[in-house]
Amino acid sequence: MFALLGHNPADTLFAFFITPLMTINGISEWLLKASPLILIGCGLAIGFRANVWNIGAEGQLVIGAVCASGVGLFYPAPESALLLPLMVIAGMAGGMVWAAIPAFLRARMNTNEILVTLMMTYIATLLLSLLVHGPWRDPDGYNYPQTALLPDAAMFELFDPMYRLNTSILITVVAVFAMWFFTERSFFGYKMSVGGAAPLAARYAGFKQSGSIWMGLLISGGLAGIAGMAEAAGPLGQLSAQISPGYGFAAIIVAFIGRLHAVGIVLGGLLLSLLYLGGEAVQLSLGLPSALTSIFQGMLLFFLLASDFLIFYRFTPSPKPTKGGVT
Amino acid sequence: MPSFREIQEELPNVLETNMTPRLELRHICKRYPGVIANDDVSLSIMPGEIHAVLGENGAGKSTLMKIIYGAIRADEGEMVFDGNPIASHGPSVSRALGIEMVYQHFALFESVSVVENIALSVSGTFDLAALANRVRDVSKKYGLPIDPHRFVYNLSVGERQRVEIVRCLMQKPKLLILDEPTSVLTPQAVIKLFETLRQLAAEGCSILYISHKLDEVQVLCDSATVLRNGLITGTAKPKQSTPIELARMMVGADLPETHLDPSTTSDTPFLNVNHLTAPSDNPFGISLNDVLLSVFGGEVVGIAGVSGNGQAELISFLSGEVLFKGADTITLGGKDVGQLDAGYRREQGLAFVPEERLGRGAVPPHHLSDNAMLTGHRLGMVKNWMIQRGKANDFAAQIIRKFNVKTTGYESAANSLSGGNLQKFIVGREIELGPKVLIISQPTWGVDVGAAAFIRQALIDLSRTGAAVLIISEELDELFEVCDRLYVICQGQLSKSLDRKNTNVEEVGLLMTGLNNNSNSDNSKAF
Repeated sequence: MFALLGHNPADTLFAFFITPLMTINGISEWLLKASPLILIGCGLAIGFRANVWNIGAEGQLVIGAVCASGVGLFYPAPESALLLPLMVIAGMAGGMVWAAIPAFLRARMNTNEILVTLMMTYIATLLLSLLVHGPWRDPDGYNYPQTALLPDAAMFELFDPMYRLNTSILITVVAVFAMWFFTERSFFGYKMSVGGAAPLAARYAGFKQSGSIWMGLLISGGLAGIAGMAEAAGPLGQLSAQISPGYGFAAIIVAFIGRLHAVGIVLGGLLLSLLYLGGEAVQLSLGLPSALTSIFQGMLLFFLLASDFLIFYRFTPSPKPTKGGVT
Repeated sequence: MPSFREIQEELPNVLETNMTPRLELRHICKRYPGVIANDDVSLSIMPGEIHAVLGENGAGKSTLMKIIYGAIRADEGEMVFDGNPIASHGPSVSRALGIEMVYQHFALFESVSVVENIALSVSGTFDLAALANRVRDVSKKYGLPIDPHRFVYNLSVGERQRVEIVRCLMQKPKLLILDEPTSVLTPQAVIKLFETLRQLAAEGCSILYISHKLDEVQVLCDSATVLRNGLITGTAKPKQSTPIELARMMVGADLPETHLDPSTTSDTPFLNVNHLTAPSDNPFGISLNDVLLSVFGGEVVGIAGVSGNGQAELISFLSGEVLFKGADTITLGGKDVGQLDAGYRREQGLAFVPEERLGRGAVPPHHLSDNAMLTGHRLGMVKNWMIQRGKANDFAAQIIRKFNVKTTGYESAANSLSGGNLQKFIVGREIELGPKVLIISQPTWGVDVGAAAFIRQALIDLSRTGAAVLIISEELDELFEVCDRLYVICQGQLSKSLDRKNTNVEEVGLLMTGLNNNSNSDNSKAF
C-alpha cells in the first residue's frame, strides 16, 4: 500500500508506528488520544455485551462537550473550584440524555437503537455547528466557528506544562476499573451478559430486557459525554465545530478489538490512538494522505471480524450446499 | 483383543446368507482432552439388521455415531462400508454412500419452511412444489405427518424430529442412524415408527438405533452393543435378554427402583389455572382452549401429550415468560400472577425446567457457576448488587456432586456438556432451589436410565416434602411411574384430571390422539 504511494514500506511503517513514541511529547499525545477512546470503549462494551448497540457515541460525545462547555462559559463564578466537577456532571448528563432518547424508544416502542443512535449523532453535530456558528461564537475569534476559551478553573490540570496530557486520564483509569468491576462482579452486569448471550434464558430467569437497554445506553452515553467534556476542557480549551476526530466511532472498534473486556479495551484504545498519531506523523513527514488512518481502522475491524468468522466456521470445497459443509 | 472376538462370535445370525457386513468398525479410538470418548470400539452391522447401541450419557454413543457419519474423525481405527474401507471421511462422503443420521440435537434452519430445509439435503433440480409432494408421500407412507410448508421455528421438538426422519428417508438410505428417536412420540406413533423401521430393514437398510429405553430395544433390535465410559462392556441379543441384564451392562450396577409413597396433599392448590383461553398469536401456534388445571402441594401431576399440542404455550404462561391478560386466571399459592413476570413468580417459590436446555434453561457460553446463578442467585449469591462468587461456585459444585453431573468442574461451559448431563445440572439447580411449585418439561429427555431414575425419584421426594410438582412429558411410562394424577393435552385442550390408579396407557394414548373425549368420566377424579 505504501509502495503504491511511492514510499519504502518498511520506513513508512517505522514512521507510522515507532517514531511517534520516541519522544515524551509523543507518549503524552498517545495517552491523550487513547484516553477518550478507552473511556467511550468501556461504556460501549457494557452495552454490546447485552446486545445493545449504541453506534452514536460520537453524538453523545458532542452533546457532552456542548453541555460542559455551556456550564464552563456561562457559570457565574468562573474562578470556582466547583466549576470543573460541575462540567463533568453536565457532560455526563448531556451524554446520558442524548442516549436516553434511543433507550426510551427501544424499551417502549421497540425501535432499532442502531438507527436511532446514529441519527441522533447527526442531530448532535448539527446542533454543535449551529451553536459555534451562531450564539456561542467567540466575538473576538475572527469569525472562526469556535467559542471563547474556557476559564482556567474549567480546565483539567496538566501534568507538565510542556505537554498536553492532563488529569482527565484519571477519569479513564477509574472508568476502566469500574467497568471491569461492573462486568465481572456486579449482578447487574451478569444479568446484562445473560441477556446478550441468550435472550430466552434471560426471560426464563425473569431478567427484564428493558433494564439492560437503559443501563447499556445510559452508561455508554454518560461516558461518551465525559469524553467529550474532557476534550473541550483538555487539549482544545474551547468548543469548536471539530470537537472530535471520530472518537465515538473509533471507540466501537476499540470495544471490539478489546473483546469487550476491560484490559483488551485499554490495549485497543492504545492501538487506535497510535494509528491516529502515526497517520498524522506520516502526513507531516512523508506527505501521505490522512485517509490512511481510516483505512487502517477499517482494515483492523475487518480482519478482526474475519478472524472471528474463520474461527467458528471453515470453508469446505463442497460443490453443493449441504448442511454438513459448514460446521 | 478379546472384546473384538466376542463380538465376532456374538454376530447376529439373522442374515447369514449375506456375508459382507454393511458396516464394520475396527478398533475405533477417539480421545478428547481429559476424556477418552471411544476406546478400541469394534462392531459390525449386516444389511437389514437393526442394531442397538446402548449406554449412559457420556458413554461415547454420540461420539461413535458422529464418527460413523463422518462429522468427527477418529484418532485410530478404520471403517469398512460394504467391504470397502472408507479412507477420507466426511458427512458428504457418508451421504454419497447412503449413511443418514438423525441427531439428538437437530440441525434445521428455523427461519425457513420444512420443505426448504429438506431441499438443502436433496440433490437434483430445485423444485419445491414437487419436493413438497414427495415429502407428503414419504411422511404419509411412514406415518410421520408433517405439513411441508410450515416454518421450522413454529414446530415443537417432536415435530422437528419428524422432519429430520423424513429428510433422511427421502434419501433412501442404506444405513440409518437414529439417536433417541422415540422419546417424543406417542405409544401409537412408536408402534407405527417401528413398523416403518422394520419395513426399511426388510428393504435391506441397516439401522443403528441409539436408545435408553430397554423395552423398545428388546422389541425392535436384532442385536445390541453396550458402551460404558467409551468401552464396549458387552454385546447381546436383546430379544433373548432381560431388561435387567441389559441395564446392568449399561450402568454397571443394578438400577434403583422408584418409590412412590402415598402422600397427603395440601388443602388449597399451589398452582391453579382457571379457564385459560388464549388464541395463538401466530398462524401455526396452538390456541389454548378453556384450560382448567390445579396442582396441590404434596403431589406430582403429569400432563401427557404429543408435543405441539399446546404444551409450549401453556408452559410459557405458567412460567411467566409470556404474560396473560387476565391476572386471576393463573394463581400461585393463592396469589394472582397472570401479569407478573418470571422473576416475580420465582420470588413466590416457582421453579421451572424448560424443554430447551441450551439458550433457555442455560446460557451456552457461560460456565456452570454462572449458570447456577441464573436462577440460584436468590440463595444469597448477591449481596449489595455484587456477586458472591464463592457461594455461586459452591452451589454449582453441590449440584454437580448431588446430581452426578459428568464434567470437569464448575468452570466448564454449559455448551461443553452432553445433553443429558446439562439436563441433570438444570434439574438439580431447580430442585436445589427448594421450590414450592416445580414445573418441569421433559424431565428425562436424553438422560440415561440411571440418571433418569434418580431424577424421577428426586421429583417424587420433592413433592413428598410438600411441594407441588407438575411434569409435562411425552413419555407415558415415565408419567405412570411418578405421577399421582394425570392430565392429557390435545389440540390446546386439557382433559379432565385422571387418577393414575384408575387409568391406563391405552386410555391416555387415545386421549392424546383426541379421540375418546367422554368415556373417561367414570374413572376420572375431577378437581
